[in-house]
Amino acid sequence: MKAVRALVLVSNDPDSLARGAQEVYRRIQDEVKAFGLQDEVSVTMVADIGRHDAVPMVMVYPEAVVYGPVKPDDARTLVEEHLYKGRVAPGLMAPAREMTGRIAWLSARKGTLPAEQRIVLERAGIIDPDDIEDYIAHDGYLALGKALTEMKPADVIEEIARSGLRGRGGAGFPTGTKMRMVARENKAKKYVICNADESEPGTFKDRLILEGDPHSIIEAMLLAGYAVGADEGFVYVRGEYVLAQTRLKKAIAQAEEMGFLGQDIFGSGFNFKLHIHSGAGAYVCGEETALIESIEGKRGEPRPRPPYPTQVGLWGKPTLVNNVETLANLPPIIRNGAAWFKQFGTPNSAGTKVYTILGNVNMTGLIEVPMGITLREVISIYAKGMRDGRAFKLAQTGGSSGSIIPAVLQDTPMDFDSYAKAGVSLGSGALLICNEDTCVVDLAKVLMNFFKSESCGRCGPCRIGTDRAYQILDHISQGVGKLSDLNDLDTLANGLNQFSNCGLGQTAAVPIRDMLKYFRAEVEAHIKLKVCPAGACAMSGIASRR
Amino acid sequence: MSVETTAVEGIEPGGVYLPRPPLSEEEVRAAVQSAITRRGGAAADPVEMREALIPILSEVNQTLGYLPPEAFVEVGRQLRMPVSQLFSVASFYQMLSTKPRGRHIIQFCESAPCHVVGGRQVWTALQEALKLGPGETSSDGKWTLQTTSCIGICAVGPVLVVDADIYGNVTPAQVTEILAKYQ
Ligand SMILES: Cc1cc2nc3c(=O)[nH]c(=O)nc-3n(C[C@H](O)[C@H](O)[C@H](O)COP(=O)(O)O)c2cc1C
Ligand code: SF4
Ligand code: FES
Ligand code: FES
Repeated sequence: MKAVRALVLVSNDPDSLARGAQEVYRRIQDEVKAFGLQDEVSVTMVADIGRHDAVPMVMVYPEAVVYGPVKPDDARTLVEEHLYKGRVAPGLMAPAREMTGRIAWLSARKGTLPAEQRIVLERAGIIDPDDIEDYIAHDGYLALGKALTEMKPADVIEEIARSGLRGRGGAGFPTGTKMRMVARENKAKKYVICNADESEPGTFKDRLILEGDPHSIIEAMLLAGYAVGADEGFVYVRGEYVLAQTRLKKAIAQAEEMGFLGQDIFGSGFNFKLHIHSGAGAYVCGEETALIESIEGKRGEPRPRPPYPTQVGLWGKPTLVNNVETLANLPPIIRNGAAWFKQFGTPNSAGTKVYTILGNVNMTGLIEVPMGITLREVISIYAKGMRDGRAFKLAQTGGSSGSIIPAVLQDTPMDFDSYAKAGVSLGSGALLICNEDTCVVDLAKVLMNFFKSESCGRCGPCRIGTDRAYQILDHISQGVGKLSDLNDLDTLANGLNQFSNCGLGQTAAVPIRDMLKYFRAEVEAHIKLKVCPAGACAMSGIASRR
Repeated sequence: MSVETTAVEGIEPGGVYLPRPPLSEEEVRAAVQSAITRRGGAAADPVEMREALIPILSEVNQTLGYLPPEAFVEVGRQLRMPVSQLFSVASFYQMLSTKPRGRHIIQFCESAPCHVVGGRQVWTALQEALKLGPGETSSDGKWTLQTTSCIGICAVGPVLVVDADIYGNVTPAQVTEILAKYQ
């Protein structure tokens, strides 16, 4: 199957055409063929690249590097450097300037946006992910060398604990504490697992880390394995993420060849074997115990807890499960020290967070910023404001652990504790920013549909509760809801929260509660007045197709 | 048309293939054999074999387009596992299909980030253009229409996937244009 690795866009607005865009396009195509890249690189002309200040402009995805003005003779350098060798060709880059939106702009350069701070995405888009030497040249495997030669496993754990790093997979559990729990289990066999099942709607940060810097995850797994006493690891990658899997596979082979993976690494006596396990399409497998079941070749149904994986995990052995973004923080912390890490973020939530910005804003894409910035800052600085000057109504923070954040909370610092105090959650780092055209009933319905379709069906409260809640929301959105429905929703939310076996069912209650807490008047308008204030809903009263 | 309707790298949506039923017994057996051999053969360590089960089923699914009953029988025989258990595992995962589907699989992302930037309108247009509802296959066997949860490219939502081609920033007006590209 043909898998396009890079996408090259050449501007063909009249101005660009007048300045030779057609010739640039042709020459780029020729060079792509000359380098034998025609099956991997797709070249297209587009009318609107999003900015027009240095035409003809050429934009290369997935890094979204903008070059311009590009002359036909630049085609060779551009293709050779960026597409063949995989590095940005700085000489040709257009001057930094924000774009007019509409396109995902995944900034490739550190410090492109004010206050952006890159730790986990530091190398993504800058190094060649297929080249271990490039990684090494950018401080790669330095932390591993330091840990194996200068630190005892317990020192590694204490450094991580002191850094204050907390899990980026949704729950914010202190990483050092989890490592201690696995380390103190007195078992010969232990495992570490990297959770790269990333399927929370709106989230693609882990994919970009894996695609852009696969060796950082290998190094992190080695550090984690050394720290807790595990000699085998799995990276569980979402099935759809083929490029991430290919790059990781290649990176593992290179690391094995160079002796970073294998027996007696750096002569330390530490052994480590790393596997990739591909998912097969099931959101719930992101839940750590379901993920373990899935590696064991079973249906990915979450296990009852306790026991927790730190004690009884993969094949019954103590297992450390961490998210990709969490792990990507380990090498920089070991390299630079806990004190360095703590300078970023807030006292209780150290470091950075990668957010995906989506919705009705001028610029969508991905940022890595210190913990503790506010939603208002995200919208005005990084998202370049609401699209068409519309008003901000609410944000949804993505996935099973996310919340609906009303505009009144847009000045709350985005860190674990401030959000918890406000009764909301950072979720997976997706920020779906909505204007007033978004109806809260409709949004809750879409979110509930997600939980309903992804429920593994193992326990009744979740299987039946999500379905029932969806039906009620559907009725309300059709203008045939009753006021008593709101009490029913409340009861369902309590049942989901209290009696579900895993986080999916438990957090399915969240959109209902947030909706009733912050937007009750709007919901009641659907019922009492039979109008949708946002005008998003048909209010037809006819049963919908789904 | 601009950026919008071009492939996005790195993502391969679940269950994308061109099914070619009817499958011969040899074809099925060869697919199973090659998937098992690639993972060390049926004689491998039982723990490793169990870890390899879902990858094996995925590979067979990819080669054959879906998992016909004969594939379960063959995998079960080689790995010494009951067919019922294999079927129960396979039915859990969306990327494994136990039924043949249309020649082209359309997957529409129905998650919130795509929904709020116009996904709802595209979904309506899509169902009308195909005269199909979610999960349905057209009578001529050309199309299967499916909904999917987020596939992680929502920065260019609404997102629509036909076989291995991903379309972003789709508008209702573009739907027929996109469909017309497929035979
Ligand atoms: C339904 C459900 C889906 C989840 N999906 C993911 C996921 O895709 N990626 C992830 O890292 N964690 C996911 N989690 C959280 C994991 O169970 C686990 O807490 C996490 O991997 C721990 O890593 P951390 O401590 O580094 O955050 C999910 C949890 C639930 C309940
Ligand atoms: S809460 Fe839902 S997803 Fe979780 S185990 Fe129960 S049925 Fe499955
Ligand atoms: S209920 Fe559908 S938009 Fe209001
Ligand atoms: S929500 Fe549609 S691709 Fe993410």
